[in-house]
Amino acid sequence: MTSLAYYLLVAALLFSIGLAGALVRRNAILVLIGIELMLNAANLNLIAFWRYGPHPERLTGMIFAIFSIAVAAAEAAVGLGLVIQIHRHAKTTDLDAMNRMKG
Amino acid sequence: MSIVFYVLTTITVMGALAAMLLKNTVHCALALSVVFAGLAFLFMSLDAQYAGWAQVLVYIGAVAILVVFAILLTKGSETPKDGVFSRTWFVGLVIAAGVFAVLGWAVMGSMKALPQLTAVPQVTNLDIGNALVGRYVLPLEIVAVLLTAAMIGAVIVAIHEKEGQK
Repeated sequence: MTSLAYYLLVAALLFSIGLAGALVRRNAILVLIGIELMLNAANLNLIAFWRYGPHPERLTGMIFAIFSIAVAAAEAAVGLGLVIQIHRHAKTTDLDAMNRMKG
Repeated sequence: MSIVFYVLTTITVMGALAAMLLKNTVHCALALSVVFAGLAFLFMSLDAQYAGWAQVLVYIGAVAILVVFAILLTKGSETPKDGVFSRTWFVGLVIAAGVFAVLGWAVMGSMKALPQLTAVPQVTNLDIGNALVGRYVLPLEIVAVLLTAAMIGAVIVAIHEKEGQK
């Protein structure tokens, strides 16, 4: 059987890949994808700890992961709406080009 | 079990690397749905079928499609002339590698203290439904309000202003 440590390592790897993408990519949508990857890695941790925890029948970790999925969906909708509006305003999604706060 | 885990992990991590490294943004979105599918199957391999199918519905069904829409609406599929990576890419890589080193060190250091696998939990969808409308009914309502507010907010943020109305 696979032990909990492997799941945690996979989640850490996914989190780091998402973090690297969010810090390194120029396109705002790709940065949002990186954030989604980080959220998913956290969900994998929640599910793994639920499964290996002492009382999986209490469902705490799984319900937490389901709520986290719902909040991530709201975050994605608002984030992509913002990116579309910024693109309409500044004609770019390049984060290195968005260097002014003034509209 | 272990072979399934290794295959799923390889697919998921390769998909994540592709999503962050490919030049064409549409290809990145496709790789992202591979990651979501791999994670959904990982959830199912952890006996969390409900969360796995929620992942399929919400992420592959909604978020990936939303990302593709955003890419096509912002013409993001065109590769920029001066590269897809930021000027400060090296700093970002160092920070991510540092985070992975710390997380990996913490996991490896606590390997002995981590709990062993217990028996498969006898959890039915009826139990999950009862928990959602029983013990967790207040968080469920708050998430419902949050989702409604976020959807209205997203529409208001992205709504197209007519010329001269600004």
